[in-house]
Amino acid sequence: MNRDWQATGAVIDALRVERVAKRFGAFTALDGVSLSVKKGEFLCLLGPSGCGKTTLLRIIAGLEAASDGALFMAAGDAERDVTRLPASQRDYGIVFQSYALFPNLNVAQNIAYGLKGRREDKDLRVTALLAQIGLPGIEHKYPSQLSGGQQQRVALARALATSPSLLLLDEPLSALDARVREHLRREIKSLQQKLGVTTVMVTHDQEEALTMADRIVVMNHGVIEQIGTPEEIYTRPANRFVAEFVGQSNWLAATSAGIGQVLLGDALLGATVTPPRPDGHPLELFIRPEDVQLHASWSPVEAQIVNTALAHVRKIELLGGFYRIALSVPGWGGQQLLADVVRSEFERLNLSLERMVPVSLPANRLRAFGPSTGAAA
Amino acid sequence: MIALRAGGRIAADRSQQVAAGLLWLLAAALVLGLALPLAAILGKALTGDDGRFAGLAQFAAIVGEARFWDAVSNSLAVSLTTTMIVLPLAYVFAAALTRTCMPAKPLFRALALTPLLAPSLLPGIALVYLFGNQGLLKAWFPDGSIYGFWGIVIAEVFFTFPHALMILVTALSVADARLYEAATALGAGRIRRFVTVTLPAARYGLISSALVVFTLVIVDFGAPKVIGGQYNVLAVEVYKQVIGQQNFPKGAVIGMLLLLPAVLAFVIDHLLQRRQRALLTARAQPLVVRPQAWVDVLSTVACAAIGGALLVIIATAVAAAFIRLWPYNLSLTLAHFDFDNMDGGGWAAFYNSMKMALATSVIGTLMVFGGAYLAEKTRAAPVARQLLKLLAIIPMAVPGLVLGLGYILFFNNPANPLHFLYGSMTALVLCSVMHFYTTANLTATTALKQLDAEFEAVAASLKVPFWTTLWRVTLPVCLPAMLDIARFYFVSAMCTVSAVIFIYTPDTVLASVAVLNMDDAGDTAAAAAMATLIVAASALICLVFSVASWWLSRRTQAWRIR
Repeated sequence: MNRDWQATGAVIDALRVERVAKRFGAFTALDGVSLSVKKGEFLCLLGPSGCGKTTLLRIIAGLEAASDGALFMAAGDAERDVTRLPASQRDYGIVFQSYALFPNLNVAQNIAYGLKGRREDKDLRVTALLAQIGLPGIEHKYPSQLSGGQQQRVALARALATSPSLLLLDEPLSALDARVREHLRREIKSLQQKLGVTTVMVTHDQEEALTMADRIVVMNHGVIEQIGTPEEIYTRPANRFVAEFVGQSNWLAATSAGIGQVLLGDALLGATVTPPRPDGHPLELFIRPEDVQLHASWSPVEAQIVNTALAHVRKIELLGGFYRIALSVPGWGGQQLLADVVRSEFERLNLSLERMVPVSLPANRLRAFGPSTGAAA
Repeated sequence: MIALRAGGRIAADRSQQVAAGLLWLLAAALVLGLALPLAAILGKALTGDDGRFAGLAQFAAIVGEARFWDAVSNSLAVSLTTTMIVLPLAYVFAAALTRTCMPAKPLFRALALTPLLAPSLLPGIALVYLFGNQGLLKAWFPDGSIYGFWGIVIAEVFFTFPHALMILVTALSVADARLYEAATALGAGRIRRFVTVTLPAARYGLISSALVVFTLVIVDFGAPKVIGGQYNVLAVEVYKQVIGQQNFPKGAVIGMLLLLPAVLAFVIDHLLQRRQRALLTARAQPLVVRPQAWVDVLSTVACAAIGGALLVIIATAVAAAFIRLWPYNLSLTLAHFDFDNMDGGGWAAFYNSMKMALATSVIGTLMVFGGAYLAEKTRAAPVARQLLKLLAIIPMAVPGLVLGLGYILFFNNPANPLHFLYGSMTALVLCSVMHFYTTANLTATTALKQLDAEFEAVAASLKVPFWTTLWRVTLPVCLPAMLDIARFYFVSAMCTVSAVIFIYTPDTVLASVAVLNMDDAGDTAAAAAMATLIVAASALICLVFSVASWWLSRRTQAWRIR
């Protein structure tokens, strides 16, 4: 099979996970997970704790054995089955949440730990790596003398030292404080792009996944809920779980009423309903707060916009760069609706708790899911 | 390729195969040196004189004897009384060390721990010199009444005091200042704070030290042998049955019964420790002790009194070793050290002890640390790892006397291919390594658990075999703990009597056994001299270890300084 691919010159995935399952006694940590990572890609495994993302990473690393399924890694132009290979015979570098830097070895010794060959070559490599992570000249410091962010970068340099074809990151930023974390996100991402190293990162932080990943794998209860680019995951979540886990969301109970239409309260609204449902089928409408549009005035122009109605303003909350407005629309059954409005827009709208405000829900952003079982609509 | 997938296991690389081999080797050593001898006792206890299976018949026969019940009630009386005396004393001492601004704390601490350097025979000998028939203070215990209940109790208090103290110091040194502040803010007085905050926090420490003291006393046979006179206790009963009457089945049965309190104490302690973990949270604020004149003075006086008493006992034994004829001729002499012209084994006994203690120290440390490392840090041979972990906790619950008895029954069996080991130095070393395995293993495991669990995973990802990481990272980081283990093994092996009393031969007689034998032969001054030598050797080794660990930590622990 591999030979055929070679012959046709098809690009081989850096890593391919095929129906991998992991069971601990009666508990199923992973239930037949399949995915592939392209060469040079940055893939994020995102999900709540206990969703199986770390187990999957440990199986890829060879630290756990898969109960079922297979793993393939690219080796040159061919693909090799690494399912039963010990960690030392796979080709990857790993950074753990704790960094696991050897406390009694200095930075240079830590980074050179996996390097073989002449001492001068090792020294050169260490110097080059330290320059790359932006920490030149700290060769002789011990890990305890470094800040958390510095330790994290040294751990990254150690994982990259042997130029592995795959880089695994296990919640590498979660032990750092918010500001350092944000800075390091960019650093790691740009280093990864510069080196072009295929990377799989585990995280429970959606913001981290959205900013760093080329593609995100959203996991829950040992299965994959959705695989897609950050844009796809955010704007077109495949199901209620993904929609709720990534970003803020509004949920409105409605029923289906014809193709591309839903009944919300007494009003008929246009919405994206895929797949189509029989009329009267209960639905949950999803829309991001920032996609909810408010209008400064209620004129015939606004009244022409689809999915528009008058809303009571219930609460106004300042969240830094934007305001979060709680609304209720009598014509839509009076359900609460959140809208995010940037400051400049907020000033223009001239909102207050006494006044009603026209609100519209763009039909292409209003998505309908089945009732809240978590299953895809 | 698909056929290989069955089983859900990852193939072992070469380093994992090495680890698995070592794990099985160590597990086999523990089975051989611990499990099989214990099984041999059980077998003996269940086998009649005719060599047939006797079931519990021998237990029933012994339980029917009045003599046995005398020994049981005596053992319980001595153990309970000692526990009730040691606990308050050790608590006061521990509280003074941890919760007051008493001066000279390191001195008091060192003083309180000195009994660890001596075999349990030493306080017995010292008591003979103080209160015995020719004692300086015999008026305190008229008509030789020191030979019996109170003699044993005082000797055991001396012997067990440091053990209780160490546990209580640990229990009392962790305190959450926030609880005291909350109690004070709520208007609780000194006594209410003690009852509602201090005691609950120290509860497990108190129970644990009570169990340790009780167990140590009930299985100790050194002190009652020397100072017990006609007062018969279980541990001495085993000795008499085996050495005096060569009645192995009966010795085995009593030995099995002696296991009961030890196992019971061990199980209770284990269950309690599991519950204790939740007590201290990471957010606890350390308690800062402030000087308080009357508390500090009172503590100093109490500690001086307790430390003084311990010192008097050691000093008496040491003095007796150098005094020509106590108490009639107090001139100094080295005549009592002329062991070669006395019964008991001569200087060879001392050299044997040194050899045995050194070997135990080296082999024990390597074995314990290697075992703990492989069990904690590798993923090879899961069955062997579990077996190793299980066997490692058993020695805590096995009295030395019982283990020693198991060694005779197991190794002295002509049918055993390992029969040639019987009475050899190898058997003595193996027995000592096993006897103190649990404590040493606990130290090693604790040290290893402080290391990041992912070191081995990182090393594997970098294609570095585990022994490289062991050599470059794990060993250097754990060096202080290893030195602790080595010192513990040396001192314990130097002082132990009970584990080796059944398995020495004239060629391998040991110093602690010589003390016993010389005392038995009425040569108490020589016994005191030999006991003094043991204390001196133990103290010297502790000193050497302190210097070594100071020097090594300067060389290898530089990374600990921030």
